Amino acid sequence: MSHADLVGRDGPDGTRTAVPVPASAAQAGRERRRQWPLFRSELLTTFRRWRTLALLGVLAVVPVLVGIAVRIETAGGGSAGGDGGGGPAFISQITNNGLFLVFTSLAATLPFFLPMTVGVIAGDSVAGEANAGTLRYLLVAPAGRTRLLLVKFGSVMVFCLAATLVVAAFALATGALLFPVGEVTLLSGTTVPFSEGLLRALAIALAVAVSLTGLAALGLFISTLTNSGIAAMAATVGLLLMVQIVDTVPQLHAAHPYLFPHYWLSFADLLRDPVYWDELLKNLGLQGLYTAVFGSAAWARFTTRDITA
Amino acid sequence: MAQIQPRTSGRKAVRYGIPAAVAGIAAVTVGLVPALASTGSPDLPKISAQELVEKMAASDTQHMSGTVKINSDLGLPEMPGASGGNGKQGGGLFGGGPHGDERDGGERGGDGKKSTAAPEDKLMEMAQGEHTLRIAADGPDKQRVSVVEDTSEYSFIHNGDEVWAYDSRSDSAYHATAPEGTSEKHRERGEKMQKGLQSITPQEAAKQALKAAEDSTSVTVDGTAAVAGRDAYQLLIKPKDAPHSTVDSVRIAVDAKNGTPLKFTLNPKGGGKPVVEAAYTKVDFGKPAADTFRFKPPKGTDVTEQKLDDRKHREHSGKPEKSDKGARPDMSGLDTLGKGWGQVTELKAPKGALGGMPGMNGQDGKGGEAGQSPQADQLLNSFTEEAEGDFGTGRVFSTRLVNALMTDDGTVYVGAVTKEGLIKAANAAAK
Repeated sequence: MSHADLVGRDGPDGTRTAVPVPASAAQAGRERRRQWPLFRSELLTTFRRWRTLALLGVLAVVPVLVGIAVRIETAGGGSAGGDGGGGPAFISQITNNGLFLVFTSLAATLPFFLPMTVGVIAGDSVAGEANAGTLRYLLVAPAGRTRLLLVKFGSVMVFCLAATLVVAAFALATGALLFPVGEVTLLSGTTVPFSEGLLRALAIALAVAVSLTGLAALGLFISTLTNSGIAAMAATVGLLLMVQIVDTVPQLHAAHPYLFPHYWLSFADLLRDPVYWDELLKNLGLQGLYTAVFGSAAWARFTTRDITA
Repeated sequence: MAQIQPRTSGRKAVRYGIPAAVAGIAAVTVGLVPALASTGSPDLPKISAQELVEKMAASDTQHMSGTVKINSDLGLPEMPGASGGNGKQGGGLFGGGPHGDERDGGERGGDGKKSTAAPEDKLMEMAQGEHTLRIAADGPDKQRVSVVEDTSEYSFIHNGDEVWAYDSRSDSAYHATAPEGTSEKHRERGEKMQKGLQSITPQEAAKQALKAAEDSTSVTVDGTAAVAGRDAYQLLIKPKDAPHSTVDSVRIAVDAKNGTPLKFTLNPKGGGKPVVEAAYTKVDFGKPAADTFRFKPPKGTDVTEQKLDDRKHREHSGKPEKSDKGARPDMSGLDTLGKGWGQVTELKAPKGALGGMPGMNGQDGKGGEAGQSPQADQLLNSFTEEAEGDFGTGRVFSTRLVNALMTDDGTVYVGAVTKEGLIKAANAAAK
């Protein structure tokens, strides 16, 4: 009997006990419904943590700081980022259109800030429970290890999206307050209405969130390897830094297309006219591959290991 | 407590097999798919080289759009101070006098690297590395070339009387128009302008290569290939009786249906990676949307205006002209020595023009060099080589394709020939 066949039922005293139930079509629907409370409670636990809120707060501050800095620098009529186009991507366009602050902020946080927060949450997801001694209680509940892992991964994914949207939303608010907004000039020089610009910004936020899935799966796998939450977080973030450094070494360019952050900045291709899909699709494929490999590795590890804590 | 017990160990291996299998399949797919895709040689009826060249010449593709990947590795030395270095790279590659660009490099440095969207500047960047271009054309009056870069794009748009260039990185635009009534003259100018960026498309490159094809060249059809999902013949061009040429072969893939060159590869004699490889990765022979060629400068964009009939007046900045031959009035003698693949261009620079070049201070070159710091000397040695011959002494600046010999009396020999070839040509000229 597999763990998926075990359906939880709340006992009379409020504790959950495992009851074997034969799997059937009717059962499947009920199971799916029963998965929601687990997912919801997992989300609530994650987003109620002070740690999570602090990470999101840090992410929210970045676009505000960038916006204020550009505003001060260009107060005298100069243009941001120097004339040579230095600084983060898109920074020279911010003064013309506040919407570009969204793209600048995402481009500025994507290399380290955003993935670091994802690494912390993903690394902590399983190992943190083990560390606190709550993992075995979670497993006593009849959710099954596979489903628990899926729920953990789902909540990390929700965090990826939330983190990206926090950056984008604060950048949009700051940009709209400090700079003019209006028609958006795409990278190709084409001008589109502001509404389409907003749509593209939303698409970019989604693309950035998807870009982080590979790292989330990697963090989850590392998290299943150890009982120390801190170790898993540090390993994930350390690995991220290492891969980012390898990605900048030109001598190792043969390995670059296989590194998960390599196509991260491809989200900028959504700002071309017509959209240049090549690298966006490559990024999608790469993230899918990392998710498949490390997700299944995490599953193999988590469903076969001894849970002692 | 069934949940806390792990699975039996026999299943453990099976479970770990899944991620291993996924990774393995992915590795095999990544390794095999491009290999399979590039070795595909479609079955096409036999065709002679002559027929293929005619097909290419007769090809009149008016509408097309596509993506071009350009990979160039000219083997240019890496230089500290990228600004001056860029100037020099351009000089060697585009046949201009190296001294002219050196001078320009200095001025650009003094300009505080003020970047404008002038097309000439962009061309310099294309000389090295990997670039992606998106191209659209609709007849002779409408073209668009966009250089796709990480998080930015450089667009060059030609539509009738107007030429626009927009650089999203610096958010600056460049604009050139012809005044009313001079449209014929303008067209000529406009074509000259766009020629720069167009010469890097496979079509133009192929035309240039064929122009060089005379008696000194062997042209053969060398199998077929699939480029950008289209069947193509491969035209192989090799220099004949040119022992000093640095070119080993030029390979052009020509669309089997309409004769459009789809891929251009230039292999150096030394072997290794091609010096230049330009290929369509996607191509569509339909008519591009009219919107593609429309451009309106965004609000707040820094626009550099240039009138094509009076190039000396620029509203924005007094950058030196590069692409125009008239902008080099100080170039007194321009001579070609030899012909075909071994051709060497001789430039007689006026006195003092080489002042910006370390160690090249006209007649008293040696004296100037002695007065320099050892670092400057070292730098000079790192990217040039000393050479001697009947012409006196000089320095050779080498790349994988083009070499240049600068003699101490200020004459410059440039050509796609080896160092020996240059020295021979210089010796012959000195007699």
